[in-house]
Amino acid sequence: MVFNLRQIVRYRALIQALVARELKARYRGSVLGFFWSFINPLLLLLVYTFVFSVVLPRPMEVEDENYALFLFCGLLPWTWFSASLSDSANALLVGGNLIKKVLFPAEVLPIVSVLANMMHFFFGLPILLAFLIYDRTPLTAGELVWFPFVVLVQLVLSLGIGLLLAALTVHFRDIKDLLSNLLTFWFFSTPIIYEMSFVPAGVRKFLNLNPFTHLAISYQEILFYKGPFGHWKWLVALAVASVLVFFVGYFVFDRLRDSFAEEV
Amino acid sequence: MHVIEAANVSKVYRRFGRRRQFATLKSAIITGSLISELHADETFRALDDVSFTVGAGKTVGIIGRNGSGKSTMLKCVAGITRPTTGTVAVRGRVSALIELGAGFHPEISGRENVFINGIMLGLSKAEVGRRFDEIVQFAELESFIDAPVKTYSSGMYMRLGFAVAINVDPDVLLVDEVLAVGDEGFTHKCLDKFGEFRRRGKTILLVTHGLGVIERFCDEALWLDHGRVCGLGDPKHVVDAYVTEVEASEEMHLAAADAKTREAAERGDTSGRALPVAVPGEGDGAAGTPPTDMFLAAEGRWGSRELEIADVTLVGEDGHPGHVFHSGDRVTVRLAVHARDEIRDFAFGVAIFNAGRVCCYGTNTSIEQLQPEFVRGRGEVRFVIDRLDLTEGTYKLDVAAHKLDGYPYDYHRQLYTFRVKSRVKDVGVYRPAHTWEFSESVRLRHAEGPVGWERNR
Repeated sequence: MVFNLRQIVRYRALIQALVARELKARYRGSVLGFFWSFINPLLLLLVYTFVFSVVLPRPMEVEDENYALFLFCGLLPWTWFSASLSDSANALLVGGNLIKKVLFPAEVLPIVSVLANMMHFFFGLPILLAFLIYDRTPLTAGELVWFPFVVLVQLVLSLGIGLLLAALTVHFRDIKDLLSNLLTFWFFSTPIIYEMSFVPAGVRKFLNLNPFTHLAISYQEILFYKGPFGHWKWLVALAVASVLVFFVGYFVFDRLRDSFAEEV
Repeated sequence: MHVIEAANVSKVYRRFGRRRQFATLKSAIITGSLISELHADETFRALDDVSFTVGAGKTVGIIGRNGSGKSTMLKCVAGITRPTTGTVAVRGRVSALIELGAGFHPEISGRENVFINGIMLGLSKAEVGRRFDEIVQFAELESFIDAPVKTYSSGMYMRLGFAVAINVDPDVLLVDEVLAVGDEGFTHKCLDKFGEFRRRGKTILLVTHGLGVIERFCDEALWLDHGRVCGLGDPKHVVDAYVTEVEASEEMHLAAADAKTREAAERGDTSGRALPVAVPGEGDGAAGTPPTDMFLAAEGRWGSRELEIADVTLVGEDGHPGHVFHSGDRVTVRLAVHARDEIRDFAFGVAIFNAGRVCCYGTNTSIEQLQPEFVRGRGEVRFVIDRLDLTEGTYKLDVAAHKLDGYPYDYHRQLYTFRVKSRVKDVGVYRPAHTWEFSESVRLRHAEGPVGWERNR
């Protein structure tokens, strides 16, 4: 397993090339091309803002805050997370030809799925930043140094779950369908469209078990809220848990590796 | 030194029973078999204790029928699948031409795909860059290289895939039936490239159905059958043994098929084949009725049976009845005939049809000015073909006994099938005995294959 992990480093050129291909192929043939990477999060933001500030009563306690911006802080990383998971789950099936016909390290495929979605996340960041500056949200350097760490934790967590899903989907095809529903449920159990303080204390305990809760809150505290980043203890705990998840995911993937070429 | 070493390799595949085919997480959880589902219940042995070694710089061909484990063996050597038991050790960089262009993404350009494919096959980006022009030139795609791969024809696609894989500059090249695809020119180009590889002392493991390729280009041949090694060694010997085995099994199939057609004809059951038109009056109610148009009729048997052809056998040079012959063989058609009463008005005929139902040759005793005198009781008629100069293919035989005016005693329409094998792949229905002659100023020599394929042993 350690040997295989070292292999991933050897294959970084391949991963790099595949991520680039993924990004290029994604919008090939569309009129707006690469701009979709920016437009997609904007449109998504528009939809959610419409629903939660016009149709439904605002699920925020503080009235004068910019709800759309709050939403954006959680929504952007969530899009990366959920797209990573559903793409990874499909990765081995879509890339089946490679696994069957070419000597190819299979873990590259889910890793590429996660990384390609991370790139989309990065493309969305300038927009978020522009809005933050426009809204005159105070961004302090002391908080912003945490930002790369949050991204890293999310990356490790996504890779771990992605590898696990990719390996299991080869054997159980219905994970795909299960996953799409699970992700919807997961989204609403995460304080993205509502504030954590809005949640009744009894339910809050359960939300704290959700790893993405802490990522979302971290993003919100760092980018949106004034005041110091108080959630860091949770984040460090999540970081440790994420590394564990990664190793479990990779272990399962490694164990099932030999079956991929036959089952895909 | 051995470059490829396969020791007692077995590969067991799980066989998907009806129960197992649509395994779902849900069903696994419900039946509590999440763990057991991941274990095999029914198995299929694709490779069974295969051992062989390939020395450095050797070219080894793997032959065998479909499903004999050739591709599985190649995948084990390539490392794409791992053998269930046994070990495969390969020294040096391996490039596997198993499926050309397997990693191409249809939406992006040929140029980008070359880079990604090259990296996938183990080159660095700079290395691909250095070989890029050579790759594009070999693929003959200079003017299309920036178009998306989805716009390529399948030939272009394959050429590009081949060009990338071959330019990876492997120490060991694994080739799976790539020669079967692509046009003539491309196949030659591939063979030339393989020849170049050989000259540079690289090792090639080749799976192909082209026995000629094996005989001419390989140092050794490995014959697999049902996952077992049936022969290993000198390509001529192994190929000969393989061909004999294939002919024997073809023989069996043809014999079985023949028996079936004859049985059907015997029952008069020619549904959908012969034209089922009853001609009244003639005959004594024996099975089968003659068709209205003799030349449209397919398999069948009809006639009055006053003079019966009881048995038909084709006998080859070895004196044994058979169904598979080689072009130029001496073949005898033996008819066992039986006349219930003495008959004085009769003729025997034979005709050979090819798979396109073209009559290659037909004759009878009356045409050849043989006057009938009598036939009584049991006897034998032999139609001796000194040289069966037919091109390769499957042929059907008509035999008949009839009156001089055409009234059928016993007509067997295409009930007998035989196959002709030929080393020369000439075409047509008839091969005249021939030689080529040239004047002083025209010189040719016997080909040993494309350049670089000289057998250097």
